[in-house]
Amino acid sequence: MVSAALLSAIAISCFVAAARLRRASWPRRGPYVAVIVWQVLGLAWGFSTIGALLAFGLAPYGRGVVGGLVALVQDAGTHGLYLSEIAGTSFGATQVGAVILAFSLTLLLFSGLVASFVQVLRVRRRHHDLLGLVAHDDPEVPGARILDHPAAAAYCLPGVLRSEVVISAGALEVLDRSELAAVIAHEHAHLRQRHDLVLLPFSSLKRAFPHVRMVETHYRAVALLIEMCADDQARRERSPKELAMALLRFGASGTAHVPAGALAVTSDEPEVLTRVSRLLNPVQQLSRRQTTAVLSAAVALLGTITVLWSLPV
Amino acid sequence: MNRLGDLERAVMDVLWQRNEPLTVREVGRALADRDLAHTTVMTVLDRLAKKGVVARDREGRAWRYRPAASRENYVSELMIDALGETGDRDAALAAFVRSMNGSEAEALRRALEEIDEPRT
Repeated sequence: MVSAALLSAIAISCFVAAARLRRASWPRRGPYVAVIVWQVLGLAWGFSTIGALLAFGLAPYGRGVVGGLVALVQDAGTHGLYLSEIAGTSFGATQVGAVILAFSLTLLLFSGLVASFVQVLRVRRRHHDLLGLVAHDDPEVPGARILDHPAAAAYCLPGVLRSEVVISAGALEVLDRSELAAVIAHEHAHLRQRHDLVLLPFSSLKRAFPHVRMVETHYRAVALLIEMCADDQARRERSPKELAMALLRFGASGTAHVPAGALAVTSDEPEVLTRVSRLLNPVQQLSRRQTTAVLSAAVALLGTITVLWSLPV
Repeated sequence: MNRLGDLERAVMDVLWQRNEPLTVREVGRALADRDLAHTTVMTVLDRLAKKGVVARDREGRAWRYRPAASRENYVSELMIDALGETGDRDAALAAFVRSMNGSEAEALRRALEEIDEPRT
């Protein structure tokens, strides 16, 4: 029961930490570190929540979470799915409920991840097929395919063998040559570092909990950090000013047909402006010591959860 | 681009240009300069049908093929994907800047003006 209590405490503090991380200012000084912290928090939340439920439910076996799961299987096997150990305790029904809840949550998270992945592959496949039919190349714009549409858009289509960067005719209108090169460098950074795979678990959480506002805002926070990572890569090759100007021109070219409710948070500063000000007024990167401290805390958190899963208390 | 992709594109261009359903033979004739075998054209149309971008109807003993949607429709579909305006598609593509609403775009226009014409 001690581990159940501790794991619950960790699960709750993950929420608190995520809320604070979203508002903190240091992530924009070290977007890569911050993305890792987001991933660790997500992982820690999942394992501590499921672990807490299991530790509580399997307490009658007195063997911790991992040992308890083995014991549960043996118990269910020998007694024809009747859990003799748990049924004998004072709050047996609640404990069985906790175990069932833990399994359901695991299934939900896992199937959400698989479903997201399948969906993403399907969309990309269709997108790639259509792109092959209607996009064209332009010798003036190497490394990208052109789509004849008046709205400004630039994006990348990740894939194992066939990644592509796509620029719309509308984007070519508003960007000059050097800004265009900065945009393409930014998109190639996404493709090179497979940022889409980093984002995938978070978008699958969004799918698993579709109407939870918090999941949505956290997703946005991670997506913004990933854009900052790509901005940082692009400015190794191009000047930050070019990239900032490209961002502004894109945003200002305003495709004003955003569906109602798609993003209701208008009081916040537009994310693009955050990126622009970061490019134009360089902030000091996280020091090596700060990075080490943050990453050690993340490792310690995961280590603690692992220990609590295996301790028979 | 690979040869098959190039052919698919050429065949679609023919179907989009001509405003009527075409048979395999007619498509082959429209691409006469490429000197394609009848079976090649058939394979390409078959692939396009599997991808859902051409529809076909039987007429007598031959199939007639037509585009499932106009070129403009497909371009719009791609742009809608790209600008992330459909809820759960945002992980599939990464747009440089997602679409803005009116006041956001206005804020960016102001920022641009300040940079373009720095106040003295």
